[in-house]
Amino acid sequence: MEINFFEATEDLYKVDKSEATSIWHGLNQIRFFEEASIKAYKKGLIGGSVHPYIGQEAVAVGICRNLNNTDYMTTTYRGRGHALAKGADPFKLFAEMFGRKSGYCKGKGGPMHIASKELGMLGANGIVAGGIPIAVGGALTAKRKGEGKVAVTFFGDGATNQGVFHESLNLAAVLQLPIIFVCENNLYSEMTPISDSLLNKDLAERGIAYHIHSVVVDGNDPLAVDAVAKEAIERARSGNGPTFIEAKTYRLLGHMFGDSETYRTKEEVQEWWAKEPLKIFKEQCLQYEWLSERELEEVAEEAKEEINASYEQAVLDEEPSLEEVYTDVY
Amino acid sequence: MSTNERMITYAEALNEALKEEMEKNEDIILLGEDIGPYGGVFNVTKGLFERYGAERVIDTPISEAGFAGAGIGAAMTGLKPIVEFMWIDFTFVAMDQILNQGAKMAYMSGGQTTVPIVFRTQGGGGRGNAAQHSQSLETIFAHVPGMKVVLPSSPYDAKGLLKTAIRENCPVMFIENKLLYNTKGHVPEEEYTIAFGQANVLVEGEDITMVSISRSVHLSLEAAEALKAEGIHAEVIDLRTLVPLDIETIKDSVKKTNRLIIVHEAAKSFGWGAELAAQISEEVFDYLDAPVYRIGAKDTPIPYNMKLEKEVLPKVEDIVDDIKKSLYMKEGSK
Ligand SMILES: Cc1ncc(C[n+]2csc(CCOP(=O)(O)OP(=O)(O)O)c2C)c(N)n1
Repeated sequence: MEINFFEATEDLYKVDKSEATSIWHGLNQIRFFEEASIKAYKKGLIGGSVHPYIGQEAVAVGICRNLNNTDYMTTTYRGRGHALAKGADPFKLFAEMFGRKSGYCKGKGGPMHIASKELGMLGANGIVAGGIPIAVGGALTAKRKGEGKVAVTFFGDGATNQGVFHESLNLAAVLQLPIIFVCENNLYSEMTPISDSLLNKDLAERGIAYHIHSVVVDGNDPLAVDAVAKEAIERARSGNGPTFIEAKTYRLLGHMFGDSETYRTKEEVQEWWAKEPLKIFKEQCLQYEWLSERELEEVAEEAKEEINASYEQAVLDEEPSLEEVYTDVY
Repeated sequence: MSTNERMITYAEALNEALKEEMEKNEDIILLGEDIGPYGGVFNVTKGLFERYGAERVIDTPISEAGFAGAGIGAAMTGLKPIVEFMWIDFTFVAMDQILNQGAKMAYMSGGQTTVPIVFRTQGGGGRGNAAQHSQSLETIFAHVPGMKVVLPSSPYDAKGLLKTAIRENCPVMFIENKLLYNTKGHVPEEEYTIAFGQANVLVEGEDITMVSISRSVHLSLEAAEALKAEGIHAEVIDLRTLVPLDIETIKDSVKKTNRLIIVHEAAKSFGWGAELAAQISEEVFDYLDAPVYRIGAKDTPIPYNMKLEKEVLPKVEDIVDDIKKSLYMKEGSK
């Protein structure tokens, strides 16, 4: 078995206007949501920490646009982008981050623990790698019940050093489960460069180790991610087992808001801003004439207004009543 | 003023303890996430990487079970590892190593091996970090025999107790508190240690005994202060270590005050307060003039919403209330 390095061909860029519009909208929606979250955090509307997803939007959008609502998903404390891409309501997401009653988890989960039954979101997780085996469980149900559903789990490069990561891959491989492991390799785990925590150059090697079909893709190109996701989901739905996708990307902001970022250079960050997903996709839109400069502007503006409206609405939402302390414990 | 009046933070006090002990003992190594050049997310290991190098201050991959176990193995073979779990909630990822392996090795081997390791971590709520980043798990470690359990409440104690922990010859779970890292206190420059199993009587009083640990000590002090205005004098005791437990100091105090109230941030049910209440009723029942009251967090996971979180965690008013019940000054008293 060998790693499959996904290479974009001209075929990849044969998309129509409506597809381009939807991807562009998705990317902007996440970007604006994350920017608004930082604003809210600065205002004291959010407790704990906020871990922004800015720079990784193409992964969520590229993968999730191929999923159905009913497919299962687990993600991390950086998971609002994945939630939005899977169709989450930005109002309910903001409400959750502000600890409000209408939030996805009635204000009890917060930014790190977004879950939504109707969207198949089995939960974001505050424990690194904690969600990986849970997605394997979703895939087990899907296979056993023959529902044609798949499970996808998002996690970072650092998470691949956890024991449960390895146990989950092996189990999914042995049972040939319909699951897609999506490793967002953003080069850092908190303040530690991934090169200090493992020797593999490509984390997809870790999928190969368990005999799982493994792919490396440019995680900043939404269409490339889309293409590998399509294939992986097709593999899973047709009963041919799991896929491991390593999406190479970059976290443009600190690990969490307020992080001093002493562990990396400004030059490195600048280099990645030059190839960030929104920029890349915008250039593609213009180059292949899917959307004009003006249309791009309009779609982005629309996404921004939608996010702003949700934000304002969530700020006005009530807090849960004190009796909520005792509900849903068991 | 002499250097004795030096005020430093809890985080700085811990940092000094690590630095001073590492200076003296070459076998000490640190293992943990982001503890190297970054200096730890709570700044406790700041400057240690620069001073002692990558061989002794080891940034680990995110693999709690792996590095806790490696620490245990290193401890069994001649090193003195200090392993940091960034948040106590993450110890759950490594429980087999901590509790099935580390805590039992000395015993199972008939004393052939010992595991001189310190697990440093931080716990507690109050910051809106939600259920997977806010737990108070000290009872769990105290329940499984084989390790000592320490929870300092002040910078002075943090330094003195950490030094003792490092010099112990068994596994020690050293639990700091996230809301205490920036609190300042007086820490002398001279060398000192604080022995385990010696509770600290912070305020003397004759009306009731209050026992707590870590951040709950500060709540107890506030409650005691509030009661003073009503002429009630509470004796406030900081246990400092759960294992070993200084039951003698508590007994002596109860013999004097005839009342006991226990305050902890861990969930109330099955918490260490229940253990203490049982020991006191077994041993000095005749001295008690009222039931032993326990105040703990409500028996729920910690909610994210900060208003709900506040409701779940113990509050000064709850303590004052229970003290009044204990003194039969309030309805609901038995
Ligand atoms: C079990 C556990 N250990 C440590 C942490 C603290 N922590 C939170 S995020 C993080 C880094 C994770 O890095 P990676 O998996 O690469 O994901 P990224 O943040 O880069 O998306 C760490 C160490 C945690 N939340 N859970």
